[in-house]
Amino acid sequence: MIPSTFDYVKAGSVDEAVAALAEAGDDAKVLGGGQSLLPVLRLRLNAPTVIVDVSGVDEMRTVADEGGSLLIGAAVTTYEVMHHDAIKASVPLLAQAAGLVADPAIRHRGTFGGSCAHADPAGDLPTVARALDAEFVIAGPGGRRTVGASGFFVDYFTTAVQPDEVLVAVRVPKLDGWGAHYEKFHRTAQAWAIVGVAAAVKVEGGTITGARVALTNMGPSPVRASSVESALVGGPATQEAISAAAQSAADGTSPTSDTHAQADFREHLARVLTARAVAKAAGI
Amino acid sequence: MTHIDVTVDGITRHGDVEPRRLLVHWLREDLGLVGTTVGCDTSNCGACTVLVDGRSVKSCNMLAVQADGHEITTIQGLADGDEWHPVQKAFKECHGLQCGYCTPGMVMASVDLLSENPDPTEEEIRNGLEGNLCRCTGYHNIVKAVATAAAEMKGASA
Repeated sequence: MIPSTFDYVKAGSVDEAVAALAEAGDDAKVLGGGQSLLPVLRLRLNAPTVIVDVSGVDEMRTVADEGGSLLIGAAVTTYEVMHHDAIKASVPLLAQAAGLVADPAIRHRGTFGGSCAHADPAGDLPTVARALDAEFVIAGPGGRRTVGASGFFVDYFTTAVQPDEVLVAVRVPKLDGWGAHYEKFHRTAQAWAIVGVAAAVKVEGGTITGARVALTNMGPSPVRASSVESALVGGPATQEAISAAAQSAADGTSPTSDTHAQADFREHLARVLTARAVAKAAGI
Repeated sequence: MTHIDVTVDGITRHGDVEPRRLLVHWLREDLGLVGTTVGCDTSNCGACTVLVDGRSVKSCNMLAVQADGHEITTIQGLADGDEWHPVQKAFKECHGLQCGYCTPGMVMASVDLLSENPDPTEEEIRNGLEGNLCRCTGYHNIVKAVATAAAEMKGASA
């Protein structure tokens, strides 16, 4: 289908984008790569009267090394995330998961920030952001604010970004010395995750000394499997210990039942995929 | 209406488009470049794949206004005069199609794949074409065509 009519504003800066949103009122949407927004517009699930295109805002197209973290512009594409040297070196979990998003053509235009702002519960990159405790830099009429991943993802397709705000960048801490892996279970090659697991672990002398595990599509937003994390830390980096810890992966989650999977199957997948993801992250 | 200047298949094209105009509709209906097909219209099938600044993009999932200032290559811009692109030749030689509807997108995705990975394994070819659906062939001859084109292009550049 053809989208309904809208006015198009190409923002040259974050300030211009914020001003355009303020002028448009509640009926505007921000366009990055458009790989989530365009399908929504074509299906007429949403019909904004103003579209503010931020894909050409330089500040949002760059990756800055801040020492202990990388500040990734919200309009950096999934493809660029996959191939960026600093991201590959310091946040390999993000680079690897980016390579599993959709398909090459979508990755060429879709953006990391856009995926997070769209907040599809089946999205892969929001889960990585949640696992890494990423921070989201949001600009609005009152200036800029930073929101942690635990507060950023609010509900289905809902984030802390307000209608008059724009997501500018995502700050991702470097995890040097950690192993990481994103495990995705889906029905066909390009499909959304039925369940996904982002895992990062630090292993020292055969003992797991740090663990971060987050789940995709096990609720309205990405969830941390905190009971798995605490069960792992202090234990040996063995398949047996990891499999035992993974048994609590579905605790506290609220997966839905749909045409792809029943909720109890999703819970089963969460346990199995968590064991796989953590084992791979630990190099087993 | 928004004015756009886009290089399409090597020619600078000017257009005045409604912001909601999809790139594929601008290519097909305004420029008459009907080689690029519309398959699913939901961004799944990849039939409408073109290259934007050399990288594959689904042209039903991009606004024409977003192409302003960029360079587009469609299936109709691949051949060098009467000389087909090696990927086009290989799809013909290997019978990498049946009805042919997905072929323009399949060929463009393959060109993108080979520009990044000139010597792909079968698995890499299948992964590289994951965004393109063919409901006729079972993909076997398509994969064969891409491997054949890779060998041909490697030979030509050696």
